[in-house]
Amino acid sequence: MSDLGFDPSLKKKKKVKKAEDGSESPAPEVVDEMFANLKKKKKSTKKAEEDFEKSASPVGDDLSSSLGDLTLKKKKKKAVKTVDTSEFEQQLEEAGVEEPASEAVTSDGQDIGFSYEQLLSRFFDILKTNNPELAGDRSGPKFRIPPPVCQREGSKKTLFANVQEIATVLQRNPEHLIQFLFAELGTSGSIDGEKRLVLKGKFQPKQMESVLRRYIIEYVTCKTCKSMNTELKRESANRLHFLSCKACGSTRSVSSIKTGFQAQIGRRKRA
Amino acid sequence: MSTIQNLNAFDPFADTGDSEAQPTNYIHIRIQQRNGRKTLTTVQGVPNEYDLKKILKVLKKDFACNGNIVKDEELGEVIQLQGDQRVKVSEFLTTQLQLPKKNIKIHGF
Ligand SMILES: [Zn+2]
Repeated sequence: MSDLGFDPSLKKKKKVKKAEDGSESPAPEVVDEMFANLKKKKKSTKKAEEDFEKSASPVGDDLSSSLGDLTLKKKKKKAVKTVDTSEFEQQLEEAGVEEPASEAVTSDGQDIGFSYEQLLSRFFDILKTNNPELAGDRSGPKFRIPPPVCQREGSKKTLFANVQEIATVLQRNPEHLIQFLFAELGTSGSIDGEKRLVLKGKFQPKQMESVLRRYIIEYVTCKTCKSMNTELKRESANRLHFLSCKACGSTRSVSSIKTGFQAQIGRRKRA
Repeated sequence: MSTIQNLNAFDPFADTGDSEAQPTNYIHIRIQQRNGRKTLTTVQGVPNEYDLKKILKVLKKDFACNGNIVKDEELGEVIQLQGDQRVKVSEFLTTQLQLPKKNIKIHGF
């Protein structure tokens, strides 16, 4: 039951977001959320809140005050109970929210009422403000990827300062990430004394970000549940890399990083 | 059996079409930085049935850039083009040669 309730609204939110920024492809969308600290997510939630306000306004003050009560109650309960039970409590309270709403509407004598969607989005707003984890908010501190920090090093090189940090957040071996960067950017480089990556060539943070996005889609996110809480393992038997999800347990194989053709650049040496 | 109406029309275990099975014959379009703001685009893995020389001729004219074909022992013949022609090349491959877009992989930033 609860799963049925959860899904549509998540989908709906995504749709809203899509319409807003007119994003191109569905796949990087998830990653967009991961880079949420940049800007987008906040906007969409704010909008949702506004919608919520609008939908709530005709009902009147008593409802909002009852809502206020609700949030207080929740906080108390949260302090006492464990997460699993509090989810159930939330659902119970969701049912509780519905009642005063329908009462208010019928007392007005209108049969418009709250649509299921409205109620659901309100529930998720409340849930999000109180227990973001339960609302499927993956932009929590655990999955917040710091934006790549790129500095120019001289005229020909780029210093990618926080590779290590990003690799740790993604739970990947930095070597693997660096190997991917080299292959994807068609360049080479080295790691300096402070474990920063020095890349040959000029790269903007934005370009770095798009490459990172691709890395995350290919080597970090679980295709089944879109979680980033995954592990990359190398099966010694068949020498293939496998991505296993810590959230849902699904496993998929990932292609090994191939540099492919590298053109001879600069002074060519004749054999 | 017949009471479960759903199963008659829809096989939940049927192949959905978006299988994970990846085509092994990818066409890789890569970019490499040269000195300054100059770049180089390489196209690796164009199927053998196409005449690379003819393709190169058209590409050079269309994109107004120079280019050449490099033979690699492992990866076969590779087209090199001056400048960042990645998007244009992939457009050409899909529209002119009718190659499926999912077989084309654009690398780089
Ligand atoms: Zn998963």
